[in-house]
Amino acid sequence: MFNALKTHFATATNRRRFNLAVLAVPATVWLLFFFVLPLVIVLLYSVLERGIYGGVEWQFTLENYQRLLNPIYWGIFGRSLWLAFMTTLACLLLGYPLAFFIASRPPQWRNTLLLLVIIPFWTNFLVRIYAWIVILRQEGVINVLLQSFNLIDQPLDLLFNSFAVTVGLIYGYLPFMILPLYATLERFDFSLLDAAQDLGANDLKTLIRVVIPLTLRGVVAGSLLVFIPAVGEFITPDILGGAKTVMMGNLVQSQFLSARNWPFGSVLSIVMIVIVLIPIVIYFRVAEEKLNA
Amino acid sequence: MNSAASPDFKHTVDLAIRHVGRFGLWAITLGGLAFLYLPIAILVVYSFNASRMNAVWRGFTLDWYRSLFAGVTESGVDVTNAQIWDALWNSLWVGGISTVVATILGTLVALALERFRFKGRNALEALLFLPIIIPDITMGISLLVLFSLLFQLLQTVLGVRLVLDLNTVMIGHITFNISYVAVTVRSRIAELDPALEEAAMDLGADELRTFWRVTLPLIFPGILSGALLAFTLSLDDFVITFFTAGVGSTTLPVFVYGMIKLAVTPAINAISTLMLLASLLIVLLSLALQRRST
Repeated sequence: MFNALKTHFATATNRRRFNLAVLAVPATVWLLFFFVLPLVIVLLYSVLERGIYGGVEWQFTLENYQRLLNPIYWGIFGRSLWLAFMTTLACLLLGYPLAFFIASRPPQWRNTLLLLVIIPFWTNFLVRIYAWIVILRQEGVINVLLQSFNLIDQPLDLLFNSFAVTVGLIYGYLPFMILPLYATLERFDFSLLDAAQDLGANDLKTLIRVVIPLTLRGVVAGSLLVFIPAVGEFITPDILGGAKTVMMGNLVQSQFLSARNWPFGSVLSIVMIVIVLIPIVIYFRVAEEKLNA
Repeated sequence: MNSAASPDFKHTVDLAIRHVGRFGLWAITLGGLAFLYLPIAILVVYSFNASRMNAVWRGFTLDWYRSLFAGVTESGVDVTNAQIWDALWNSLWVGGISTVVATILGTLVALALERFRFKGRNALEALLFLPIIIPDITMGISLLVLFSLLFQLLQTVLGVRLVLDLNTVMIGHITFNISYVAVTVRSRIAELDPALEEAAMDLGADELRTFWRVTLPLIFPGILSGALLAFTLSLDDFVITFFTAGVGSTTLPVFVYGMIKLAVTPAINAISTLMLLASLLIVLLSLALQRRST
């Protein structure tokens, strides 16, 4: 047996094939079984009837998709998109100057500053979200401070609303914006600033006409990296939000764990995947066109 | 401002813009860093605050740390010694095993993609890319659905009863970590000069020998960063664990989530501070490793 194999793989092409198989097959099989197959099952469950205690009845139906027409769900999708959009915008407005500042320092400073941005990101996501409860709650840092200076009589309701969720999302995903922005700004040729100035442009004009257009790649990449996880978030609204800040992720979770409606939960997951894939596909299409042009 | 404005005026405006710009850049940078660090700093400070109810400072205490280690039951939160250590152990166990498996599978597939041109290469790249971009929760629920169907099947066909446990959590972590390891290792292989491997072959080393003696040592720093990333992501993961864990397979993030959901107590600040310290140690360790390898 072994000798037969040995002769078979003796030729160069066959040995090459064998090597490739050893390298590529394990991960491929794993991902097909534990990533693709589960998604196929979700797709299948989305057209089946719900079981009483979770699970499904093997009976074809399109009812679960019809339920999507209910305006309640449109409101939740809209809110998810809106909060993710606001988060992306805030991260961009905060992240761009920060990345520009770091990229325009002398080289020996850049790595230290970049490390300073990344370190908080290494701490557990739950811990970072929880920190905002300590800050925002009624007995929290902000309310205690404001009350001790007699600026307010009643504690402000800062927690369990869309404000708290947005702050949490910005805090969670800001580094995702800064890193790609820094990567493009670092390669930006800063002598172009002097050139623009010599040609009579002031700093604002230089920023809008020269710097931003030349670093648009980083802006788009960073925005995608923030928007995509933010729109599918479930912990941040779960911990910092309330009944009025339910996002898509919370809806999926409740369908699977409390409402026990797996088919409708599957439909919602598919909607979420589609929403995430649309900007990615557009991004790659545009990048491809730019490359071909 | 039109072109008829005097040069002096334009100069003044330009200068004002420059000053505002400079000031704004510094202000936003310092503000941004404060935004990143203040919440963490506050968490650490309040883990030593004697006040149980609110953010007023009532003096220094180590009570909250003691409650973590001594097994005190307080305000309905059953913070027992054993539970925390179990959760920590589960996290490390899942993190360790999933890192080893994902690092091996991820490194192999990275070599395949960087060293071979073959049919289905683009499809394989897409397959590796998808777990990174897909929302965590969809991955979590799809694994939950897979396991429930699989277990049902096993029960009816073979009569074997399986439940969600640490193994299912581990499978979930391996699944998302393969992609991250592959990305990290690929970037290292791409930097590698293929002439080095060719030279080894020319000198008479066969493929296996070349791999062990030349390729592997050269890409090892990339493998190490990939493994560290995988370990960190595994320790950090809440969402996928939440959906694939069963009774008795609580990891540290799931445990902390339970504490937060039940009641906000200073004990959570204490455990958060300890987790912070641990991740800081991992950062320092990985920096030291990187410095040694370059």
